[in-house]
This record gives sequence, C-alpha cells and structure tokens, in this order.
Amino acid sequence: MFMWIILGIIVLVAVFVIITYNGLIKLKNRVQEADSDIDVQLKRRYELIPNLIETVKGYAKHEKELFEKVTKERSSLVTGSTAEKVEASNALTDTLKSIFAVAENYPELKANQNFLQLQTDLTDTQDKIMAAQRFYNGNVRDFNTKLQVFPTNLYAKMLGFSEFGFIEAGETEKKNVEVKF
Amino acid sequence: MATAYTYANSNKRKTWFWLIGFVLFVIVVGYIFSRALDMPWILPLAVTIAIIQSGLSYWSSDKIVLSISRAKEIDKTTNQTLFRLVENLSIASGLPMPKIYIIDDSAPNAFATGRDPKHAVICVTTGLLNKLDKQELEGVLAHEFSHIGNYDIRLQTIIVILVGLIALLADWFVYLRFFGGDDDNGNWVFVLIGFALALLSPLVASLIQLAISRKREFLADADGALLTRNPDGLARALEDISKDKEPLEVANKATAHLYITNPLKDQTDSKKSRFSGLFDTHPPIEERVKALRDMAL
Repeated sequence: MFMWIILGIIVLVAVFVIITYNGLIKLKNRVQEADSDIDVQLKRRYELIPNLIETVKGYAKHEKELFEKVTKERSSLVTGSTAEKVEASNALTDTLKSIFAVAENYPELKANQNFLQLQTDLTDTQDKIMAAQRFYNGNVRDFNTKLQVFPTNLYAKMLGFSEFGFIEAGETEKKNVEVKF
Repeated sequence: MATAYTYANSNKRKTWFWLIGFVLFVIVVGYIFSRALDMPWILPLAVTIAIIQSGLSYWSSDKIVLSISRAKEIDKTTNQTLFRLVENLSIASGLPMPKIYIIDDSAPNAFATGRDPKHAVICVTTGLLNKLDKQELEGVLAHEFSHIGNYDIRLQTIIVILVGLIALLADWFVYLRFFGGDDDNGNWVFVLIGFALALLSPLVASLIQLAISRKREFLADADGALLTRNPDGLARALEDISKDKEPLEVANKATAHLYITNPLKDQTDSKKSRFSGLFDTHPPIEERVKALRDMAL
C-alpha cells in the first residue's frame, strides 16, 4: 500500500515535469521565432542602405565621411548578437538623421521622388525593428516568468533552460518611452 | 501600484464572470419555461434553432457589417501611412496582418470585425485619419488590435447567440401560453415566474450584452496601451473623438457596440443617473481616459 502511494507520487511528479517541460519548449521556440523576426527587418534595412547612398551620391558628392560612416554601420546590422544588431541599427538611425539634414542643402535631392521614398522606407524599417523588438521582449517576459515561478525554478536549470535577456532600446528611445513593471 | 498587466487581468476575470453568469441565466430561464409549460423539449429545441440561425450569421456577419457601413478595402498604395502603422502593430502584437477598410465619413471612429485573427478586418473612417495625429491613430489601431487578439470579435458572436436564444424563448413562451391550449398543465408558481421572466429576460439579456461590451472596451484600452507602450496616445485620441459631436451616419444600434466610441453620440447629458448608464454600449470617455492616464507603464 505504502509502495503504491510512493509510486503514485512519482508518476504525478513526472507528469508535471513533462507538462512544464513541453510548455517551456513552446515558449522558447516563440522567443527564437521573434528573434528571427527582428533579423528579417534588420536585413531589409541592410538592403535599403546601398540604394540610399547611390541616390544621395548623385547630388551630394562631398559628404564622403557620412557615406563611409553609414557603410560601416550598415555592416554591423548583420553581425553579432541580436541585441548588438539592434544597437547598431539605433546608431545608424542617428547617422541617417544627419544625412537627411544634409539633404536640406540640396533642393534637387530633397525633391527626388526616389530619395523621399527611401527616407520613409528607412524610417519605417526602424519602426518595424522596434515593433519586432517589443514582440520579442513580450515573449521573453512570458518565457522568463514561466521559468522563475515555483516549483519550475527548482529544476529548470537541470532541464537545460536559462533565462533570455531583454533587448533594451537605444538611449534616444529610452527617453520618451519609460517602461516600469 | 497598478500596471497595465493588472488592469488586463482583472478585466479578463470580470468578463469570464459575466459570460458564465450569462450561460447560467439561459439555462435557468430555459428550465423554468419548460417546467411552467410542462414541455421539456423547449430547451433543446430553442438551443438547436438558435445555433443554426446564428451559425449562418457567424460566417458572414463581418461582411454584412462592412457592407451596411459602406466600407471599402484599401491596400498599401492607397494610404501608405495607415498601412504601415497597421503593419507595425501586426509585428509588435504577433498577429497576422488584418485587412484594412475605410468608411468615407468625417465623423472620427473605428472598429474591428471578423471571426478570428486570421480573418480580421480593421475599419476606420476618413474623419479619424484627418483629425488624429500619428500617435493618436496608432493608439486607436492598437485598441482594435487588442479586440482581435482577445477574440472579442468571436466573443461578440457568442453573446449574439445567447441573447438571441433568450429573446426566442421569451417569444415562444408568450405564444404557447396563449395559443397552446391545455391550461391545466404546469405548476402555477412556475407559470407566474415564467411570465415575469418572459417580460424581463429580453431586458436583462441586453443589459448583460452591454455590460460585456463595456468591459471589453476597458480591456482593449489596457492591452492597446501595452502594445504601443504609449497610453497617452490613445487617451488623447479618445478625448479628441469625444469632443467631435458629429454622429456617424452609417452606424446603427446593432453595430454601435463594435466602434471604439459610441458612434450615435446620443449621450450628451453628463448628469445621467447610475441606472441610465446601464444602457450605454460604451463606458464614459472620462473613465476610460482616467484609466489610461493612471496606468504606471
């Protein structure tokens, strides 16, 4: 009789662990999917930059330093961890702002339809990166919560799970979006 | 300190409370009617007919709503700014890209419809696009996204089925009492209760329907703010929309509860009693704005 009770408890614990394990795998996959969603947007941005440089070069040949800076920052959009890439994208946004400011001095460039379209596209990709980042952070929050609650926190490490870090926005974004939990 | 999370959670709990209460109410009313008339088949028959009827409207209700609102679908080329805002919110919420419709009317308003996130539609008026800035518009769109993400569109369908059933039962009861013949059947106490319910149930049913709709508005406000991380955008948008006194011509009593604020604009009297507030499809704008402004996000 006593044996059966012990056996029953062991089976119950095993079932509970299996259920939480599968739940964690599901959430982990969601986080990884959200991570690749950010990559998709970064890639789009990466592909837009050469077009922009070509267009601006046609009107403003003398802004060499800016072009070099943009080209360098562009390459960091696809290297490193996602957090680093997002950080690079934020830095790129600042440099792009100075390119758009420079364009003010060239009326023909400012009126160029292609340039205007690229300008809105580049702003839009940054918005989309931030949106993808919010979705990623939301999924990370769900995963981390599931990992940290009792009793999962007792054995999650043994099952090979560890917490994901949030991707923090650049300093410029932080100022206008105060997030407290 | 209350965060948007606690708001969303308490709203979800309250909605479940109402929904379960509603189902119990239908069961009790159906039972009393079948006892009062001594016809036990009333309950299953009413359920069957109501389900068949509303099953048809479940599949095409979004198309009907869009066509009576005279809404037209747009794509990326027609309105790039709107399309991109929706695209970004679809990324941030992880929901599929909904279809976008526009109503050509200068009264600012918006609604979402469809039976699930894969078949969702967001509809805005041209007045909304012209009168709001980008942050406000994003707040309104995020509110509609929350309706989609929370399956409010489906919930509304369930409620239409439940309310339809109660109205049907009440009609049948009155009909069978007067034309059913054999008066000796049934217990007298049950007959009296049955009559009272026949009079009251359509009223109670629509009160519950309105209460659910109002809870859903608070929840969509909270979730929308969570999506944009900017409760102020939606708060300002609601204030702007409420200042605008122009009614939306294509809206009617049946579709009013779908919109972000009451499109009929018949609630101008601010000194209303608590009771008359029960008949509103939306909570007062001031309460919604206050809830948004109180969010420690």
